[in-house]
Amino acid sequence: MGRKPFNREIAIAGVAESDLGHGVSLSILQHQALAAKRALEDAGLRHTDVDAVMAVDFLGLPSLQIAEYLGIKPRFTDTTVTGGSAFENLVEHAALGIAAGLCEVVLITYGSTLWSDRRRVVEGGGVDPRMPAAQFETPYGDLSPIGAYALAAARHCYEFGTTPEQLAEVAVSTRNWAALNPRALHRDPITVEDVLQSPLIASPLHRLDCCVVTDGGGAVVVTSAERARDLRKPPVYVLGSAFSSTHLSISQMENLTQTGAFESGKSAMSMAGVKPSDIDVVEIYDSFTISVVCALEDLGFCPKGEGGRFVEGGRLGPGGELPTNTSGGGLSYNHPGAFGIFLIIEAVRQLRGECAARQAPGAELALVHGIGGWLSSHATLILGK
Amino acid sequence: MSEQTRPVPKPDRDSAYYWAAARRRELVFQQCNECGQFRFYPRSVCPFCLSEKFEWHKSLGRGAVYSFTVIHRAPTPAFRDRVPYVLALIDLPEGVRMMSNVIGCDPGSVQIGMPVTVDFEEVSDEISLPVFRPE
Ligand SMILES: [Zn+2]
Repeated sequence: MGRKPFNREIAIAGVAESDLGHGVSLSILQHQALAAKRALEDAGLRHTDVDAVMAVDFLGLPSLQIAEYLGIKPRFTDTTVTGGSAFENLVEHAALGIAAGLCEVVLITYGSTLWSDRRRVVEGGGVDPRMPAAQFETPYGDLSPIGAYALAAARHCYEFGTTPEQLAEVAVSTRNWAALNPRALHRDPITVEDVLQSPLIASPLHRLDCCVVTDGGGAVVVTSAERARDLRKPPVYVLGSAFSSTHLSISQMENLTQTGAFESGKSAMSMAGVKPSDIDVVEIYDSFTISVVCALEDLGFCPKGEGGRFVEGGRLGPGGELPTNTSGGGLSYNHPGAFGIFLIIEAVRQLRGECAARQAPGAELALVHGIGGWLSSHATLILGK
Repeated sequence: MSEQTRPVPKPDRDSAYYWAAARRRELVFQQCNECGQFRFYPRSVCPFCLSEKFEWHKSLGRGAVYSFTVIHRAPTPAFRDRVPYVLALIDLPEGVRMMSNVIGCDPGSVQIGMPVTVDFEEVSDEISLPVFRPE
């Protein structure tokens, strides 16, 4: 059975971050409340208009907690725990709920105090001791999640001749976007040499190949296109969505150089009736530079194995052919643990033309790609004006 | 568990036999009685056919490096005196892949495709970890 298209019936009406960065004195719930309040203001909606809550914060019962905290009594909830791609997935679930008449105004939230908590990170990077990875990966000092992405990067270099210099190009382009974003954590330009000179963390990944760690929260309001039409901001339509997971633990990933982005990208673009060359702006979860290289290949922006060459010469940066991670990404803007929601926020702002100095020219169609776990879960959204 | 203690696997109903074998310096994999496929990590059903019937098979433990990374930043203080060390994915002839360390050589000499053979590293009174050395 084929996918039923959304036919421009689903729209994102509001987006916002909380206060981001280092030294922000907000709790996990406060981050979500602040982001939710701002996203509802952005949409021109009140909290009493919300009838569905989809929260992810890795606390106990997040959707119920956030609904209660904000005084919302939802008739539909979802908490999808697939790591950093969960929010792309939740937009899809919101769309399905709205299309089925289960709800009309969906509030999606995320909040994290990853930076403040960093000294309390438990052994094994938070892997539950009952999970197989706690027995078969953590004891080997897997430096989760960096080790997993480094293994993928090393294999990519081996199979395709991708170089550390090429990986570094992703960090450089992304930093150039961050320089244009007043909200970004790191705004000073860097060079390929700077990346290669930064300490090696897990070969071939250097410190500047890795995302930053911050506190922060985000919120996204999804509603029917009909409802969105009369709201404060022009609707951004959800044109396509798809999810794919091939494994959880990195040692269970069959082919380290082909990710679930291949399936999710193909399916989301087919649903939207678009191809990679139609996309004006790309937001990919850049946990690490290799994540972007792999995803660009698997999403079809370049042939498999060509990703390293593709990102050379500032192609992804300001003024480049394929504006990518225009906020400055997880690499330079902010990264409170599950970055997927910030990809959506940035894509919506780009499509509305709200991005001032970092505005991608002629942004009418955006591809948003979330990645969760250890290259484990992939969720792609196609958004359009 | 104190931060200074190296993380040690806690055997469960799926893995008790595997860890007991490792303690005897044997690397074992489950082989499905229905479809014949090997699997790793240990689990109660075959991921190829969902059969619950299996036998433990003793591996020769000779494999090849599928990918590896040299870890320079210790995940926890317990690993501080070990860096830099090699974290690797090892392909075994049974068709299974496992995460491990490549030890007994300069980390800079490890290469993808390099043949390796199993060894065992005692990490507690009960647990020995399968690790690999260059052949
Ligand atoms: Zn079987």
